[in-house]
Amino acid sequence: MSEIPIMRIGDCLLVSIQVDMHDRLAMALQDDLTQRIVADRARGVMIDISALEIVDSFIGRMLNNIAAMSRVLDAVTVVVGMRPAVAITLVELGMSLSGVRTALNVDKGLAAIRSIVDNPEDEDARQDPDARRKY
Amino acid sequence: MLVESTDTMPVRNSDDVVRVRQAVRARAVAAGFSLVDQTKIITAASEIARNTVDYGGGGTLLIETLREGARRGVRLTFADNGPGIADLALAMTDGHTTGNGLGLGLSGAKRLSNEFAITSTPGQGTKVTLARWK
Repeated sequence: MSEIPIMRIGDCLLVSIQVDMHDRLAMALQDDLTQRIVADRARGVMIDISALEIVDSFIGRMLNNIAAMSRVLDAVTVVVGMRPAVAITLVELGMSLSGVRTALNVDKGLAAIRSIVDNPEDEDARQDPDARRKY
Repeated sequence: MLVESTDTMPVRNSDDVVRVRQAVRARAVAAGFSLVDQTKIITAASEIARNTVDYGGGGTLLIETLREGARRGVRLTFADNGPGIADLALAMTDGHTTGNGLGLGLSGAKRLSNEFAITSTPGQGTKVTLARWK
């Protein structure tokens, strides 16, 4: 069990990280979330990092991993609430979080999840503009 | 350059990495760093502290608050007695890792610092010094 609660809202899972995570806690959250996506048949995962004062390469990798695992399990992960100073630092550190969808706040994050889950074809087209031409 | 205050702390496990972040934040705030500057030095400290634990087998951190004229800075010196790094140039390359990470720790911490130095002797240990000025 991780010490970070995972809440369920409809078919979405919501995690709000409120503590300065040590590395084991970050790994535990990654494992718990993956289990819960399957157990709850979740279609969306929202991770609120508005309370995080830093995101280093370890936490960045955790966010990347959660996004990749949820994709494989047919769920969408959106990271919301990143502080501007954290964004500036992450990019300078060399982490672009290119596999992670982000939104400014929880409202916009939920809307993003809804639109992707309800219109999966649009999402495919957005990720790969050539997808339709190729097939 | 004047060293206004010094502090040492152990860097042995992942709980210590969290404590390092908190101690560096307190010093950066006290030195009057902007939010972005605080975030950069805390993130750099977190990367090097994790290296000290994961690759150096644990070590120590010396935190110094510096003053040079009107400028104030924070300098961090991480030292361990671990296996050392055989090829420093390779270790400083983006994406190079001997562990499970992304290989961004050293190179990223250097980009987040105003001053950065690393010395290592195979079999004896590694010392990383980084500083950020207000």
